[in-house]
Amino acid sequence: MDQKLILLTIVGMMVVTYVPRFLPALALSSRNLPPVLTRWLSYVPSAVLSALLFPSLLIHEGALDFSFSNLFLWAAIPSFAVMFLTRSFFGTVATGMVVVAAVRYFIS
Amino acid sequence: MESTLTAQNYSKSKSLIYALKQVAPIILGFLPVGFAYGVLARKTGISIDNTLLMSILVFAGSSQFIAVGLLAAGGSFISIVITTFIVNLRHMLMSAALAPYLKKWSKFGILCFGFQLTDETFALHSTRFAAGENSRRETYMINCIAQLAWVFGTGLGIISSTLITDVKPMGLDYALPVMFIALLVAQLKDRSHLLVALGAGVLSTALSLGGVNQWNVIIATLIGATAGVVLSWTRN
Repeated sequence: MDQKLILLTIVGMMVVTYVPRFLPALALSSRNLPPVLTRWLSYVPSAVLSALLFPSLLIHEGALDFSFSNLFLWAAIPSFAVMFLTRSFFGTVATGMVVVAAVRYFIS
Repeated sequence: MESTLTAQNYSKSKSLIYALKQVAPIILGFLPVGFAYGVLARKTGISIDNTLLMSILVFAGSSQFIAVGLLAAGGSFISIVITTFIVNLRHMLMSAALAPYLKKWSKFGILCFGFQLTDETFALHSTRFAAGENSRRETYMINCIAQLAWVFGTGLGIISSTLITDVKPMGLDYALPVMFIALLVAQLKDRSHLLVALGAGVLSTALSLGGVNQWNVIIATLIGATAGVVLSWTRN
């Protein structure tokens, strides 16, 4: 792999990551947002996080997979439960990773 | 003079303790995910310098994982940068969502804040800001500690990469999805947020199955949030 080209790619990634992160805050911070927009924005975090999460849990090798072989989906149940009950970020991440590792170790 | 200095130091250390308490869950989430990224990047053949540099300059978990995958598959500069752009477009929405709280901040302050805006720090700051806690010092501290944890996790991954032959037995490939689970639950304030999340998740999955890759997240988010507003209208 050409490391110079990778470095260039990283710089490109930095630019396209940074601009969307600061531009709206910079442009909108001096204005009063209409209530409808504030309301809309309040839904963005839950929408964007589940839009990222759901496909990674439900799609396995390019198709919907509700079978037991889709470990990511079933490991989500204890992970969700731990987060709901304890609100512990670390506990949740640890639960998910340990469940996935344990199932792989004992079953496959 | 001496007493004011002591008072300042006292409030600084109080800020640091507050920041550490707030950011602790993110540190514990970032360490394993950063570690997984470090291992995967090294396994793909990215140099130590570049692996670390990506965590310092880009600081975006999901797109760093995606970039490693694309590099392994021989992806071009253009395809990787465009994919990163699309995947991180969601931060525009987060940046806009926090804008009302940054009114009193300087332009330079907002530029610094924006550099370290991630899904995780967004989730934390939106809760803090809504509760009226938007001290600049504590906000910067939280962001810097979070990125330090990310870079440190990456470093540990780089060091361990020669010892680990396969990331799957350690469940490292599940680090990112489970982090999103934790963040999502923390965001579900009421039933309307739950409905929006379910709708956006299902839509994103359907779009992805239909061949709409990368854009599925943006499209599902825009439609989901809009549906949430419509829903809250019809109820009132």
